[in-house]
Amino acid sequence: MSEPSLAIRKFSDLANPTRFLALVAIVWPYLAGLTLCLFAAGLYLSFTTTGDYQQGETVRIMYVHVPAAWLSMMCYTVMALSALGTLVWRHPLADVSAKAAAPIGACFTLVALITGSLWGKPMWGTWWVWDARLTSVFVLFLMYLGLIALNRAMDDPTRAAKVSAVLILVGFVNIPIIKFSVEWWNTLHQPASVVRLDGPTIDPEFLWPLLVMAVAFTFLFFTLHVLAMRNEILRRRIAVLRRHAARSAGRPGDAA
Amino acid sequence: MSHAFYVTASYVAAFAVVAVLVLWVWLDHRARHRELAQLEAAGIRRRSARSGEKP
Repeated sequence: MSEPSLAIRKFSDLANPTRFLALVAIVWPYLAGLTLCLFAAGLYLSFTTTGDYQQGETVRIMYVHVPAAWLSMMCYTVMALSALGTLVWRHPLADVSAKAAAPIGACFTLVALITGSLWGKPMWGTWWVWDARLTSVFVLFLMYLGLIALNRAMDDPTRAAKVSAVLILVGFVNIPIIKFSVEWWNTLHQPASVVRLDGPTIDPEFLWPLLVMAVAFTFLFFTLHVLAMRNEILRRRIAVLRRHAARSAGRPGDAA
Repeated sequence: MSHAFYVTASYVAAFAVVAVLVLWVWLDHRARHRELAQLEAAGIRRRSARSGEKP
């Protein structure tokens, strides 16, 4: 019997977990290397550019706070697309992608909350305020924790995938709320200064380190995401093997 | 507290959270790899792996 080809010729070929694992084995060292290089450049720029005339040195907090906040929303968007993949196309890796992304998204949201609080104290005079932006990001963090707990609580992966996918899509309503909260409500948090229809209002001195750090965080996310997906595929394989072994052990004369 | 404290605390916190995440992914992979190796040693393999062994 000839071995099935593991070559990836079109996007749908990635639906095969074995092909996906082969691809991850090739790309992850490059992704990790690129992430490290981008972080080296981003951190260099973050600490060599001048401080702000009003905020002083604390402006450097922006270079970790803003990328983490962007990634917290991007990660949820990736999960929402994966949820669509689960419910509409029943893509075998869609649920794996959503499940693997949840802890990463929770971590990025936690970084955004902690660094935001550490930036708020010297600039606003308070660690925390229940304004629309901060509260909606906190809700996002709770949603990530809820989705992780839900996936862990259900034994049947197919059922857990469907329930999680529906919950992810319902929770996606929070993403535009986070984005536009600073425009819709009167918040202590400043309005957008980079992603704006009339272009960034931030000085290039601060914009460049911010953009390089944002790209570094994005590559960090994709590196960790593909590796976490690989772990999840292996976890599911182990569960299937154990189930088959248990069934075989129950049938006399049919050893594994 | 000085501005340097808030900046340092932010970078340390971000690094710590990312380090925990990287460590979790790495340890999880090691544990899964070991588990698969144990199953294989016990003769429990995927059907595709078994059929590959047949002449």
